[in-house]
Amino acid sequence: MTGSSDLFDRSLNTIAAWALALLWVLPLAYAVWTAFHPAAYEARFELFAPLTLENFAKAWDAAPFARYFLNTFILVTMILAGQFFLCTLAAFAFARFEFPGRNILFALVLLQLLVMPDILMVENYKTMRLLDLVDTIPAIALPYIASGFGIFLLRQTFMTIPKELDEAARIEGASVLGVLWKVYIPLAKPTYLAYGLVSVSHHWNNFLWPLIVTNSVETRPVTVGLSIFSAIDSGIEWSVINAATLMTSGPLLIAFLLFQRQFVQSFMRAGIK
Amino acid sequence: MRDLKLKRDWIHGWLLLLPALVFLFAFTHIPAVTTLINSFFSTPRGRRSAKFIGLDNYDRMINDPVFWKVLWNNLWFALGTIPASVALAIVMALWVNDKLAGRSFVRMAYFTPTVLPLIAVANIWLFFYTPGFGLFDQITGFLFGWPASNYLGNPETALNAIIVVTVWKEAGFFMIFYLAALQAIPVSLKEAAQIEGAGRWTIFWRITFPLLMPTTLFVCVNAVINSFRLVDHIFILTDGGPDNASALLLFYIYEVAFRFWETAYGATLTVALLALLSLLAIGQFFFFDRKVHYK
Repeated sequence: MTGSSDLFDRSLNTIAAWALALLWVLPLAYAVWTAFHPAAYEARFELFAPLTLENFAKAWDAAPFARYFLNTFILVTMILAGQFFLCTLAAFAFARFEFPGRNILFALVLLQLLVMPDILMVENYKTMRLLDLVDTIPAIALPYIASGFGIFLLRQTFMTIPKELDEAARIEGASVLGVLWKVYIPLAKPTYLAYGLVSVSHHWNNFLWPLIVTNSVETRPVTVGLSIFSAIDSGIEWSVINAATLMTSGPLLIAFLLFQRQFVQSFMRAGIK
Repeated sequence: MRDLKLKRDWIHGWLLLLPALVFLFAFTHIPAVTTLINSFFSTPRGRRSAKFIGLDNYDRMINDPVFWKVLWNNLWFALGTIPASVALAIVMALWVNDKLAGRSFVRMAYFTPTVLPLIAVANIWLFFYTPGFGLFDQITGFLFGWPASNYLGNPETALNAIIVVTVWKEAGFFMIFYLAALQAIPVSLKEAAQIEGAGRWTIFWRITFPLLMPTTLFVCVNAVINSFRLVDHIFILTDGGPDNASALLLFYIYEVAFRFWETAYGATLTVALLALLSLLAIGQFFFFDRKVHYK
């Protein structure tokens, strides 16, 4: 292969990669444009169009977004805490204990990767009504806290930890939970970070189940709040809806831009099994 | 002595597992079973409780044109999203893995849709698709002189418009997995092939692509599950319309169970979805010849 054709090949690839990248940011860039400009510039692109934050202010006043944000924050914290607790214990059991029924139970855990709680919404809604939890934040969280994915991911990590460390700690008199706390959890920190980022972004963005199980301002997460806000046909300007859209995705988007490397690596780590 | 340790292991194992299993059974396994049971009963209404009606719900499902319509739509949705997003993901990963000018911007551009909520994505695209006024029409009008068109309001194009949004959202996510896999391929393999005089095209098809096979399997499994699970954007973009042209199976289940409150029929449709998912899981297992092992 000659040098010049290689160079040609390379620049062609670069151009194509950039073209696709620009195409990919276009919808988002368009939303950003309209959100930061007065409504008159929604479809007029002038370099020196005046910038404004008014659309954000209007959106903030038009719906109780502060409450929605608080609800989402409580929700993702609750889910993450529950998942870390339950999945750690279960993963530890699968990784380091011999007991009858282990393989069958593990298969049942993996089954949840296929049959997610969203799919079983009809029955789960009945359960929540039975527990008198409809329209509460725990009702949104409960179906997700025993995560098959989390158990699987942590089990894989725990199994890579040398048994000698475990035995050494036991000889020093540590209990089962002591070993878990002092040996396994600290060594699995990167996995926890990765799983945490994946879980938070997933549940921040979750929509269908919260839509079903909530029906008041006090419990709705931002995704449901946003859908209600933008579904009103009362002629809310596009620029305001776009501002609301950006606002709800804002915290994750900013976190992503700041910690891009960690985000990408976390998703990569969570994907390699 | 050994027996005693074994017994203790059993108890510890079970105790550690117990809390997770309680939740797992309560919200996944038991509901799956009760879904099946309820599909043989009528929907309880007011004081009238559910009564056993045998296969009536299934009979209704088989004769329900909307059911076949959404099933068909789901098939198109899967065929439209999976190959396109997987192929794009591979191409993106190859580019981003290369030494490319402005690589970090390009990677960010591909991956950003992944962190956005699907609801927000739908809002952004709804605006993008707005007839006449949206950027999509403005560009096609400017470049090709096309007239304004209502992509979401037309039964011919509504599902395709949704497929485009889904591919946009998913490709960057799958790219990450390929990126991880590409970085695990030893450079020496590629160098050896280059010395042998193999071009980029040959290297890709003979070395890189086969080595990416386990990743492709993993991504495909995810993509198939997603094609039954991703319905959030439909609520905003078309609400299943026009005339169910863009409704998918899970969306229809939602409609039946939570808009018409026919929970028994909803359960029957859920059984169909579960059966479909299991069939696909079994099919994929054999089709890919167990190329990946989880240990």
